[in-house]
Amino acid sequence: MEFIDYYKILELDKNATQEDIKKAYRRLARKHHPDLNPNDKEAHKKFQEINEANEVLSDPEKRKKYDQYGKDWQHAEHFEKAGRGTHAGNEAGNYGGFGGGRHSAEDEFGGQFSDFFESLFGHSGARSQAKFRGQDYHAELRLQLQEAYKTHQQVFTVNGKNIRITVPAGVENGQVIKLKGHGGTGINGGPAGDLYITFIIADHPVFRRSGNDLYATLKLPLYTAILGGEVAVDTFSGKIKLKVPPETQNGTKVRLKSKGFPVYKQEGQFGDLYIVWSIEIPTNLTPRQKELFTELSRL
Amino acid sequence: MIPADAFCSSRHVDISFIQLLQENGLIELITIDEKIYILPDQLLELEKFSRLHYDLDINLAGIEAINHLLNRVQDMQQSITELRNRLRFYESA
Repeated sequence: MEFIDYYKILELDKNATQEDIKKAYRRLARKHHPDLNPNDKEAHKKFQEINEANEVLSDPEKRKKYDQYGKDWQHAEHFEKAGRGTHAGNEAGNYGGFGGGRHSAEDEFGGQFSDFFESLFGHSGARSQAKFRGQDYHAELRLQLQEAYKTHQQVFTVNGKNIRITVPAGVENGQVIKLKGHGGTGINGGPAGDLYITFIIADHPVFRRSGNDLYATLKLPLYTAILGGEVAVDTFSGKIKLKVPPETQNGTKVRLKSKGFPVYKQEGQFGDLYIVWSIEIPTNLTPRQKELFTELSRL
Repeated sequence: MIPADAFCSSRHVDISFIQLLQENGLIELITIDEKIYILPDQLLELEKFSRLHYDLDINLAGIEAINHLLNRVQDMQQSITELRNRLRFYESA
């Protein structure tokens, strides 16, 4: 655990007045406030640091203790024990501070304090009487493309708790869903935070997805391409037979209506599947085959 | 629906503040028998606007501007995700 320089965090010098501290806190909070920096973990962390620094420096009692013992935080416990007799029964008054009992941003986002803070002021040093909302959690859920094709249930563990969710068919890579109340537990009876899940969908070896459409480049034997025929194609909804017209050119694109990806939360609606034929030229020709191709070329 | 006065007293927010938010089209309130109610789906936004105003001293014009910009950021993030997916599509071709 390292010493935390609260003055440095608030970009102040040690002679800063209460007005300076208030101004510095407001200025930095406006820059790093989570409401103004959604989904920015760095800003969230910085905001917690700013809150903690403000919590200490804006409270004359805590500031005095920090100035005296901050760097020797390992010995702060002695101070704590000595001081407890004097200040017992007065804590609620001392720690009301900025934000009062209102459900403030500090409650919402800055409820956690560093180990350094805890060692210097103890857990009760935080304004524990206020109700505050639990922390929001962010998690990633990795799916195969095929898994995202069907509505299914997934169980995953967040902070030791198993959470079962229904993943709707058609979910997109990078899409975020919010599960209300599945974040950190609220403190002092406050509401639980929310859980944000980002879906990460892996590439598929055959199918590529663009919105609700699927694309696949499939090999077509030369003879089928020239003479026509039928080819069985595996899709996410099962095997289908495709008629290939004679003289099909390399790169020909075939559209299979409604055989693509399901449209998110639009039951029964699907995108299209596009198949691009890549004609396979036979290799290792036998002398007879070579002879026939030569003959064909002379016709 | 949440009675506005209950919200205001629990969050130490002035009722005039939420009325101003409504007048400026930032939230929607419902009045039944002269009693004002907040729609549950407005609660998160209302809490956010209250934090911006009371914690960060941002006035109503500032809240409007921030809200507009945050909505644009959200739209842009959505576009970035879509474009990333399209790029991935062409890169994997």
